[in-house]
Amino acid sequence: MAAGTALEAINMATAEEIAAEEFSAVVIKHRPQIFRFLLSSTRDVDLAETLTQECFLKAHRNWASFRGESSAMTWLMRIAINLQKDHWRNRRMQFWRHTQSHAVDMDEASEWLPSGERSAEQKLLARERVGQVAKAVERLSERQRTVFLLRYVEEMELSEIARTAGLNEGTVKAHLSRALGRVRAELGGRR
Amino acid sequence: MSFEDQVNGVGQELDELAEALQDFRLSVHGWSEAVYSRPRSSQSGTAVAPARRRSWRLAAGWALGCVLVAGSLSGGGLYEHRQQQMRIAAERVAEQQRLAAQEMARQEEEDLLAKVDSDVSRQVPSAMEPLAQLMTGDVSQ
Repeated sequence: MAAGTALEAINMATAEEIAAEEFSAVVIKHRPQIFRFLLSSTRDVDLAETLTQECFLKAHRNWASFRGESSAMTWLMRIAINLQKDHWRNRRMQFWRHTQSHAVDMDEASEWLPSGERSAEQKLLARERVGQVAKAVERLSERQRTVFLLRYVEEMELSEIARTAGLNEGTVKAHLSRALGRVRAELGGRR
Repeated sequence: MSFEDQVNGVGQELDELAEALQDFRLSVHGWSEAVYSRPRSSQSGTAVAPARRRSWRLAAGWALGCVLVAGSLSGGGLYEHRQQQMRIAAERVAEQQRLAAQEMARQEEEDLLAKVDSDVSRQVPSAMEPLAQLMTGDVSQ
């Protein structure tokens, strides 16, 4: 009887250790991507870091309930999107104040464009185009921006975006189409 | 403009869009990687603002902490004072009850003594009065 209880305790401890190791691996693998999505969504380094922390904290708390029905990435991204939404909903005014004071212009990202094998003129043109896209993205609605970033920055499939954002695929397509329309218009306005 | 030109135009526009989206993706990845891997304290361009924010947060944290401590202390003092008041009131009520009980006991004692006295000092029943007179006469003789 006592031996059985001891064995159960050992098994539980082993299971907890395995779970902790699995979670650590998930954090190492997906943290940069979650941070990137939150950074591109909020354009605020501090806020993106805070929300990334919260995301993994929440994931850790609920790790036992994660059944692997979706990929860990989809699950984490869903948590990140919800955290971002909560942040908008609950602290709308504070968020705006925060965003306005600490967020950078999205077109700052164009400074990080790899030069590759482009001429100076091509590089300039490419940076200008990135800036135009960034401006259009800034002006998108929250949902359009989320869908756009998941598709064109994170390169997720439409079905995965639908699962992550809790939308059906048709809605995702519609948001994406409108977002692309804005981007095209912005790029078209350049000419 | 011919149909072919239109198709070519649309094709070119789509190519440009695809290229712009690709560049946008690369830029965001580059930006994120740079920020993610960069130690926070060595951000030369933006280090001042976060440091200032941190100091403000620290100051605000201290202020809030002081307010909470002061509040809890005064709240604790108030609680202590209330407790003392209640203790005094309880003691006062207990004292009053004790005095009332004492008074009641004393009253009962007095009633009992009065009753005993009245019983002891009760006059001889009238039926026995002749005998009493005789006894009185014997004594006088």
